[in-house]
Amino acid sequence: MKIKKFLYSQKAAPYVFVLPFILSFAIFWIYPLFSTVKMSFQSILPGEVEWVGLKNYTKLMKDTVFHTAIRNSFTYMILTLALLIPFPMLYAVLIDSNLVKAKGLWKAILYLPALTSVVISGTLFRLMFSEYATGQMNVLMQWLGNPPVAWLKGRWTAMTALLVLCCWRWTGVNMLYFLSGLKGIDGALYESADIDGANGWQKFRYITMPLLKPTTIYVVTISVYAGLAMFLESFMLWAGNSSPKNIGLTIVGYLYKRGIEKNQLGYASAVGLVLLVIALVINVVQLVLNGTFNKEER
Amino acid sequence: MEKAATYEQKKLGMTAKHRIFSVISTAFFAILGILVIFPVFAGLLASFRPGRELIRRGLAINLDFSTMTLDNYRYLFSGNADSKKYFMWFKNSMVLTLITVVLTLIICYFVAYGLTMYEYRLKNLLFFLVIATMMVPFEILMLPLYQEMIDLHLINSTAGVILPGLCGASTIFFFRQYMTGLPKELLDAGRIDGATEYGICVRIMLPITKPAFASMAILSTMGAWNNMLWPMLVYRDANKFTLPIGLNTLLTPYGNNYDVLIAGSMFGIIPIFVVFLCFQSYFIDGMTAGAVKG
Repeated sequence: MKIKKFLYSQKAAPYVFVLPFILSFAIFWIYPLFSTVKMSFQSILPGEVEWVGLKNYTKLMKDTVFHTAIRNSFTYMILTLALLIPFPMLYAVLIDSNLVKAKGLWKAILYLPALTSVVISGTLFRLMFSEYATGQMNVLMQWLGNPPVAWLKGRWTAMTALLVLCCWRWTGVNMLYFLSGLKGIDGALYESADIDGANGWQKFRYITMPLLKPTTIYVVTISVYAGLAMFLESFMLWAGNSSPKNIGLTIVGYLYKRGIEKNQLGYASAVGLVLLVIALVINVVQLVLNGTFNKEER
Repeated sequence: MEKAATYEQKKLGMTAKHRIFSVISTAFFAILGILVIFPVFAGLLASFRPGRELIRRGLAINLDFSTMTLDNYRYLFSGNADSKKYFMWFKNSMVLTLITVVLTLIICYFVAYGLTMYEYRLKNLLFFLVIATMMVPFEILMLPLYQEMIDLHLINSTAGVILPGLCGASTIFFFRQYMTGLPKELLDAGRIDGATEYGICVRIMLPITKPAFASMAILSTMGAWNNMLWPMLVYRDANKFTLPIGLNTLLTPYGNNYDVLIAGSMFGIIPIFVVFLCFQSYFIDGMTAGAVKG
């Protein structure tokens, strides 16, 4: 009875409410995070666990396949940032202006790809980037007077396919993020800029861009993570985790290969932690450069 | 006065130019829209042709209606072994999506409620931890989580698929964002009327949080329906596979299953597409909430 009374008190209630989170945090976040850190210093074979110190990491430093994976993930992340920040921002500004008719329709259509699962979209794009002359992309190449290309067999053509897939899926989503950011900007600012004789570019540069900054920071942050942790797109484009000369191998793909396919848990954990450190460092640097921690500016 | 006049003149001069820009930018979005629909449209057309054509020729827009048949869809609904398998995946996806969405919403609502409606010592720390979980990509945790599921004997079970994602940080974050704007006086009013803390949470606050529930329901439906990586690791029995995993098993190099693959893929988009069309505005509210306030 006393316990029941305590549980119903105002003091205990918040803890009861957040209890599921505390449990989930402990069991499904802290525990696996620590166990992967621990495993990264171990060599794990069935029934035989051995501490190997930094050996997994030193081996990773010399692992050329891992270097390929890092290079691929990095290239992919940087190019997705270059494609998925400026263009969606521009589209959002256009949609938000009174220039474009039937806005709702374009918003809905551009969002459509995000509804398809990666299995379906990956399969469609793999078949469109087929090496046969009758695949859509090669039909286009021939139309432009070029010979057909074996898209998924060359490094940069494969990267092109991955980027086209990524832009197709995420342009609409990022555009909606920017649109919601634009809604928060006071229209009176543009009117007074008009009176002061500012042109379109000046308004964009000195009003829109600075006021969109919180949104931009958010989109950059999630894009850095999504870019570095990309895996399923490549898994679907090559219908499995192996691509010629590893042109489609990403860091997570390598983690999957070592950890799930080859069951080398220690080595795969080291791969994961290198990824985590890279992702955190990039995001912290990005946030500092953008002045997120600078209280006065806010 | 003079300045205002030039402004007016400038505005009049703009209208012709404005109209041209308007046509150009609308046309631009029309082209963009066509490009975006293109792959799905090509897939839709291909779903009316034999699957082996996809293997032999790749995917391209082919408007030759004379070669189109309903055979793939007839096969998909024929009730034979392949068809049964497909609808088993479909049903599994439906069940998994439903359970995931209902549980996620209830639990995340309670957690967010506890993080918003009370003042207590650990509140800020707890909220910081919610944010911290967002900073580690799931892909890094999938391996140790997979091991943990084996140790807990949850591998190959629906509980194993659902449990790790139940307290989704972004869902908690969204609910909290929404509830910060609700009047806290209602809590005191409820207490005076003799309601318990839990009664207030469920009977008073929950009804006014409905819009947030709608947004989150749709977003998590989308996430659960399309989720692939984690269910693929946890489920081992072919009869537990969800639609994305099942479709993925059809991707054999021989291509003997492409009839089911292409028709099944197109049919599998329909449920989520219908949900999207019905609740479009909630979709947009839900997904952009994080970006506005950063």
